[in-house]
Amino acid sequence: MADKKEEIQKKEAEAVDTVERTRSGKVFFPLVDIMETEKEIILFADMPGVDKKSIDVTLEKDVLSIDANVQPVVYDDFELDYAEYEVGDFHRSFTLNDNVDQKKIRAGYKNGVLQLTLPKAEPEKPKRIKIVEE
Amino acid sequence: MLYSTFLQKTDPMRELNRIQHEIDRLFGAERPVKRKLFPPVNVWTNQDAAIISAELPGFDMKDVHLSIVGNELTMKGKREMPEMKDGEFFHRRERSYGEFERIIQLPFVVDHAKIEASLTDGVLKIALPRAESDKPINIEIKSN
Repeated sequence: MADKKEEIQKKEAEAVDTVERTRSGKVFFPLVDIMETEKEIILFADMPGVDKKSIDVTLEKDVLSIDANVQPVVYDDFELDYAEYEVGDFHRSFTLNDNVDQKKIRAGYKNGVLQLTLPKAEPEKPKRIKIVEE
Repeated sequence: MLYSTFLQKTDPMRELNRIQHEIDRLFGAERPVKRKLFPPVNVWTNQDAAIISAELPGFDMKDVHLSIVGNELTMKGKREMPEMKDGEFFHRRERSYGEFERIIQLPFVVDHAKIEASLTDGVLKIALPRAESDKPINIEIKSN
């Protein structure tokens, strides 16, 4: 059994921050790709079987958090004979380095993948102060 | 799954391997690449059918192919990497891309014509009804 654990692709979140959850059950770390383009930061997170309405993306100060709940599937009259993966909620948070335009963050969920598009905030333009001759 | 507890107890290398593993883990050494089974599957059964589910996030229906020969179910698929332009780069790359193929031995003979498969939100579900000819038959016991 010791070897089996490593074969499971999903990684269980080691410590879910310092805040405890009220929902019981396992929490997984979604695997992510984070891509940077000229104008945006794009994040892809593998979160199969998530209830779309439960996806919660928050950005507070510089911390981006992703939360999503998965309703465990139970087939009546069937017995789970063999299992290689477990089902649980997803949680992960990241600290963002770049300035992100918070109001323009876009999120989409397709085929079990959450895509977040975070447009970079435009650098503040230097202000020119006019000198008026008196 | 078999538990060979007796063999493990008598293997002196086991403890050494375990210590080596622990040292590797502590010092972050690269562990030998382990072939991971992909996709991970769960199998539910009862007397009349089996349900196989698999996690396939990011796979489009058209990129997943299923076929069955006798008692073996083959799953094939591929996930394409997003195209990168100049000046674009990855900060993190934890998800994998490419092709997979996995063959699963079914617990009983299934009715090939009645197999149903769906892919919803990255979760593949295959319902496999057991063939009538393969179902157990209750034998009545008569008293003489």
